Amino acid sequence: MNEVLLRELVPAVIGVLVRRGADFASAEDAVQEALIRALDTWPDDPPRDPKGWLVAVAWRRFLDATRADAARRRREDLVDDEPAPGPAPAADDTLQLYFLCAHPSLTPSSAVALTLRAVGGLTTRQIARAYLVPEATMAQRISRAKRTVSGVRLDQPGDVATVLRVLYLVFNEGYSGDVDLAAEAVRLTRQLAAAIEHPEVAGLLALMLLHHARRAARIAPDGSLVPLAEQDRGRWDTRSIAEGVEILQAALALDRLGEFQAQAAIAALHADAPTAEETDWVQIVEWYDELERLTGSPVVRLNRAVAVGEADGARAGLAALAELDDSLPRYAAVAAYLHERDGDLVTAARLYAEAAGQAPNLAERDHLTRQAARLNARLRA
Amino acid sequence: MAKYLLLKHYRGAPAAVNDVPMDRWTPEEIAAHLRYMSEFAARIQATGEFVGEQAIAPEGTFVRYDGEGRPPVTDGPFAETKDLVAGWMVIDVDSYERAVELAGELSAAPGAGGEPIHEWLELRPLLGPLPTVTE
Repeated sequence: MNEVLLRELVPAVIGVLVRRGADFASAEDAVQEALIRALDTWPDDPPRDPKGWLVAVAWRRFLDATRADAARRRREDLVDDEPAPGPAPAADDTLQLYFLCAHPSLTPSSAVALTLRAVGGLTTRQIARAYLVPEATMAQRISRAKRTVSGVRLDQPGDVATVLRVLYLVFNEGYSGDVDLAAEAVRLTRQLAAAIEHPEVAGLLALMLLHHARRAARIAPDGSLVPLAEQDRGRWDTRSIAEGVEILQAALALDRLGEFQAQAAIAALHADAPTAEETDWVQIVEWYDELERLTGSPVVRLNRAVAVGEADGARAGLAALAELDDSLPRYAAVAAYLHERDGDLVTAARLYAEAAGQAPNLAERDHLTRQAARLNARLRA
Repeated sequence: MAKYLLLKHYRGAPAAVNDVPMDRWTPEEIAAHLRYMSEFAARIQATGEFVGEQAIAPEGTFVRYDGEGRPPVTDGPFAETKDLVAGWMVIDVDSYERAVELAGELSAAPGAGGEPIHEWLELRPLLGPLPTVTE
């Protein structure tokens, strides 16, 4: 049994412990300990019934921890007295767990950490490595998060939008550590989509699949960023694209548009173009208009200016850009790109260098510096 | 073992020998530089001397306490700040000599014309733990 299959069992096992009367925080701790033991012992001695094994070990851990804690003795009596509640559908348990871990009372970083541990079944060490913080720091973040939601009942309906924001954050974190957070976000969103029918859940899953499909083409072998227009489209994952498009179409047919469906529609139009030149920029601009109506986000308007530049020419793009606040992140990068398309290489080179100085990560900084260098070399020649 | 901090400066270090801003290099020269840097990090990871590294954005903010019940005061960035750190790397090595040797290798990263930059890197010992035996 591989690690991902093992982790898929985690939410259900937490659900079993909670239904037997454990509180969420203790159940989650006990399952985490059982999980770590499973990772340690299963490679040599795989159990016949993995879920049963996890439930048995986690339940024993829970009882041990409860007995060890004198203050909890009353709760233990309660557990012993209470008859085991009837089995509830596992999908509902999982769904409630998503809501709890993305509860609005949690900060985004806490919600992300708790979701990855309790729903994703990652260990604290893996989460800490993925986010480049010490394990003790991540352990504290998770236990504080659990304290924050300790009063929340597991049977309360939650807000899907908060769950989607958490999953989107995980997806965007990418794959810097030894845990592939983007793949993990796809897995968790897929699992959520199976538990609840909701057009925006489907929209986010489609968006993730469509972006994930481009991953191999997005980074060159030397680690440098390859812009969309220059990517080798033969390296895009066509199966992932086909799945994303199919999910998106089914979602759009429900006629309840949301921001993730609109973003996925833009990604689908890019995926649909056999070459960058054949991209349907007119339709992309229309989707950006839609997205702007839905979100009112200035970042959307910035991206829209790029699309306008492609659909109606660089001058039109620069005119759209002129209406925006030049302190927006990546404004200088967009301005540089549009000025280059407009033939003003001197301004473009200056703006690329300026954009490099403001870049939020090394990959983008190096990319923008190379753009400035490319134009400066052309200007010298 | 002793830990050392290697500091790379945007401003504040003496001028490098091959002192051409990166956006004036050719794209190939940039690629060669980045390759050298990542190979250097990989090499000292393999020798067990690498602790961590991080690039830092050029613009930041100064912040200070402004009294009870008041929000902190922020100021800057200051264009005239003399010393501006671009990034750091921490190494854990057996001797000061080894630290100097590694800093020298890092400073030899190629720049314009494919020639070493000869950039000045600042090497500063991290203050270590209190030893068990002090007398």
